[in-house]
Amino acid sequence: MSQDIAVLGVGMHPWGKWGRNFSEYGVYAAREALKDAGIPWQDVQFVSGAATMRCGYPGYVAGATIAQALGWQGAQVNTSYAACASGSQALAAARAKILAGECEVALVVGADTTPKGFLAPAKGFRPEDPDWLRFYLGITNPTYFALYARRRMDLYGDTEEDFGLVKIKNSENGFTNPNARYKKKFTMEEILNSAMVADPLRLLQICATSDGGAAMIVSSMEYAKRIGKANAVKVAAVSTVTPTFASAVVEMPDIATDSAAAAGVEAHSFRAALPKKAYEQAGIGPEDVSLAEVYDLSSALELDWYEDLMLCPRGEAAQMVREGATKLGGRLPVNTSGGLACFGEAVPAQAIAQVCELTWQLRGQAGERQIANAKVGITANQGLFGHGSSVILKK
Amino acid sequence: MNNKPVQAAIEGWFTLDTDTPHLIGACCEKCGTYYFPKTLSFCKNPACDSTTFNEVELSRQGKIWSYTNACYKPPEPFVADEPFVPYAIAAVELEKEQMIILGQVVKGVDVDQMKVGKTATLVLETLHEDDDAIKVTWKWQPIAQGESA
Ligand SMILES: [Zn+2]
Repeated sequence: MSQDIAVLGVGMHPWGKWGRNFSEYGVYAAREALKDAGIPWQDVQFVSGAATMRCGYPGYVAGATIAQALGWQGAQVNTSYAACASGSQALAAARAKILAGECEVALVVGADTTPKGFLAPAKGFRPEDPDWLRFYLGITNPTYFALYARRRMDLYGDTEEDFGLVKIKNSENGFTNPNARYKKKFTMEEILNSAMVADPLRLLQICATSDGGAAMIVSSMEYAKRIGKANAVKVAAVSTVTPTFASAVVEMPDIATDSAAAAGVEAHSFRAALPKKAYEQAGIGPEDVSLAEVYDLSSALELDWYEDLMLCPRGEAAQMVREGATKLGGRLPVNTSGGLACFGEAVPAQAIAQVCELTWQLRGQAGERQIANAKVGITANQGLFGHGSSVILKK
Repeated sequence: MNNKPVQAAIEGWFTLDTDTPHLIGACCEKCGTYYFPKTLSFCKNPACDSTTFNEVELSRQGKIWSYTNACYKPPEPFVADEPFVPYAIAAVELEKEQMIILGQVVKGVDVDQMKVGKTATLVLETLHEDDDAIKVTWKWQPIAQGESA
């Protein structure tokens, strides 16, 4: 039996910083996706929402909040929370329900409103909470991205300019994307003159947080055929695996890795495990990939993803960006949407937004960002506490 | 001269021995997995169901896995000097324990004095002061080639 489901429609609310209620962005994106799918809201049988932790109770039950805002119509409902992978987790729930025959058509939706200023942990003296502890010791989010970036420089000879090339590429891609928040083409000079945040990463190489919303209408292949959309783009894999003990890399918010001292225990890279499972599920290999959308929380992290997705051997990602292989028009474009560099992270919407971009590219509807001959696309992201995801779309 | 008593910023996480401080971790009695901070409940090795651990002092020396610095003042609960003084951070890999531990780097050492693979030693240094005490924490001290610990 085919494990594919059809993507009938996708839609986004542009990313920005307005501070409006998150459900407004979610409803807007959902209506766009419904319009794109050409089906009425009443036909949706399952609403799969991605939760936001920053908008109070309505955010914890985002699926229901957005279903109510669209008008209660008796659909089954679910809300997923999995940090940065929440959107993929919501897609995985819809896919499972469709493949189990429990529903034919589902709405997957995520939206967020981000507070102003620093994301700081709750107050009190709470050293048992690793997220509290690391801030007390002076270790913030950019610390982790900078450690990974610096390791690339010392081990592989990557340079600040290489990371700058990633930022320039993404800023050029996002420039014409109507859903991107930052539309400015940066020069190497501007990037390398922006303030150092955590050496070697500068302000223009670290992503911001944004408001935004993204949605998809997905269905069984049977349903897609019935409504004349047998040729819809398909979801071929959704990987949401956990890490495998022991962690090889010190991950946010931890102060230490697992120990790999016990007999039979090896250190494993979590990032690399995510696409591996997706390739397995889809029966597709890295050699089949036409484009990728990856989580560029920093410009340097995008290079780690090239290697984790097996688009090049370990240590050779900078060479790909130097050659222009991952630019629009290159042999393997990455972050054609502009990536987090141009969007800023809207946590529960971001993994869905990655899939929206792949859908437009595979359909040939990406406008000025369109790449030639897109047949297979892959997404990858990683968040806190052992959550991450990788989704494969195919024609 | 500052006569405030010296206290551990986080009690029980390291020995307050000024010359040769150690991080205090745990080691699973059954499989030998190390923990920092110390875990004394359930072993996290998926192949091990142990609930018994020994408290152990972790190695004081390791190799730098990576390093960076903090150019901006972190939010609370970090207690910053006024004016804020940037500091370096290192992730150090302990060979015996096969784990990487993060920490600030001693004052006065920045990223240009570090390199992946270079040796670093654990020392104690002030994290911040409050009205009653000087709160110290573990920090990493990179060691130049040929220098002794
Ligand atoms: Zn054990």
